[in-house]
Amino acid sequence: MSLKGKAYIAGAWEHPTRKATDKSIALLHAECAKGALDDAGLTKDDVDGYFCAGDAPGLGPLSMVDYMNLKCRHVDSTDVGGSSYQVAVGHALESIAHGRCSVALITLAGRPRSEGQATGTATRAGNPAQPELQFEYPYGPATANMYAMCATRHMHEYGTTSEQLAWIKVAASHHAQHNPHAMLRNVVTVEDVVSSPLVASPLHRLDCCVISDGGGALVVTSPEVAKSLKRPLVKVIGVGESPKHQMGGAVDLVYSAARWSGPPAWEMAGIKPSDIKYASIYDSFTITVLMQLEDLGFCEKGQGGKFVADGNLISGTGRLPFNTDGGGLCSNHPANRGGITKIIEAVRQLRGEAHPAVQVKNCDLAIAHGTGGSLGTRHCGSTVILERE
Amino acid sequence: MAYEQRKISFLGSVDANPETKPFWDACAEGRLVLPRCKDTGKFIWYPRAISPWTLGPVEWVEVSGKGTIYTFSVMRGTPPYCIAYVELAEGPRMMTNIVDCDLSTVTIGQAVQVKFVPAEGGPPLPFFAPA
Repeated sequence: MSLKGKAYIAGAWEHPTRKATDKSIALLHAECAKGALDDAGLTKDDVDGYFCAGDAPGLGPLSMVDYMNLKCRHVDSTDVGGSSYQVAVGHALESIAHGRCSVALITLAGRPRSEGQATGTATRAGNPAQPELQFEYPYGPATANMYAMCATRHMHEYGTTSEQLAWIKVAASHHAQHNPHAMLRNVVTVEDVVSSPLVASPLHRLDCCVISDGGGALVVTSPEVAKSLKRPLVKVIGVGESPKHQMGGAVDLVYSAARWSGPPAWEMAGIKPSDIKYASIYDSFTITVLMQLEDLGFCEKGQGGKFVADGNLISGTGRLPFNTDGGGLCSNHPANRGGITKIIEAVRQLRGEAHPAVQVKNCDLAIAHGTGGSLGTRHCGSTVILERE
Repeated sequence: MAYEQRKISFLGSVDANPETKPFWDACAEGRLVLPRCKDTGKFIWYPRAISPWTLGPVEWVEVSGKGTIYTFSVMRGTPPYCIAYVELAEGPRMMTNIVDCDLSTVTIGQAVQVKFVPAEGGPPLPFFAPA
């Protein structure tokens, strides 16, 4: 049975906060849930499936379904970091198609900014029972230097330059200037990016995403429920998920799990990358975007640098408008997990509800791709392809 | 850029995962010992007592400690440090730090040799310096 079109995204909402000193993580989740349900024209009592990931406090979904007083017949708390929410859309699609629920609520929220986490540069200890950790922690792996090692190798193999990576931030900043909630609203230049301080060579401060509090939520429903509502119809037509890791020591850092999560999504959707009008691409760092664009097939492997240069990702001028809300690079990376905001902006574009300055004309096909975990060690890629009906 | 060794900490104890004892015992003696898959003959990183190729048995074998730098990044800080993956002569790529050199001179493909550096809370650990 093909799952294509068996579910719709009926509600999508991004929390406007970027610093939530006065709210708990649970409250942020619940506010996001309310926002997305209001957006859909549904209430909490319509929800019969709940999906969350590791950012939700408590044991899997249990604390949050209790806190929000939901009565569910299906729950799922698959945690693959920032890519969990694309995975959740895929799992919601399956669950709805198999009749296990008809209104699936997905929430994400967190407050790393208020909690003062040194998200990108600190080495985080963990449970030594995690089998790889004793062989990695002493060497100081942090988020930034893990992604940086991918960039070093990509530059070595393909001649990618810091200036080409900088174009990704430049494009995001062009979009963020129109988003009143974005943390970084100043338009930057390639020179600004490459002259910002190195954090972990070859990545500069402006190659990195923001650290923000906040969250978002989605309501995924059956076709019957979606068609009973008053919102534009955004259909889920392709999904894929796949983890990539160290492969027993055969580490290869020039490609991401998108190489594996993309093909099943394209196949289910029955379209190709050149059909896509708008792309939400996970942007923890500039290099993340570049590698995923290659691995999803928007250009040949190794040609990502040329593809992103000269404003090709800027809405209105470039061939592939990306992250028109400003993305994680400029707007929001709530809970250090940017997957859900990628889907939310894709929904806005397909509904024609993006900011007029960045709205893509006749936007009928969009992709939202997530990467969660660490590109330098082990991560998951997850792909969602959406169509306006 | 003169090299300054940062303080290295072992995570947990060597008993946390009993299966990796042969690796830590060898480190204490300044030897780099890796598991090798008995079915395929391939060396494995990171150490574990079951083959990621066949889920079959492994044997623990001393390796040369020679390798080349696959990729790296110099983390800015005080002091800065260079995280890297080194491709061992025996095949696998392992996470490590490049030490004892001007970090601005590190390059991909550079030949390196293992060097055991003292770690707080555990045995000395394998780092790599230019050969």
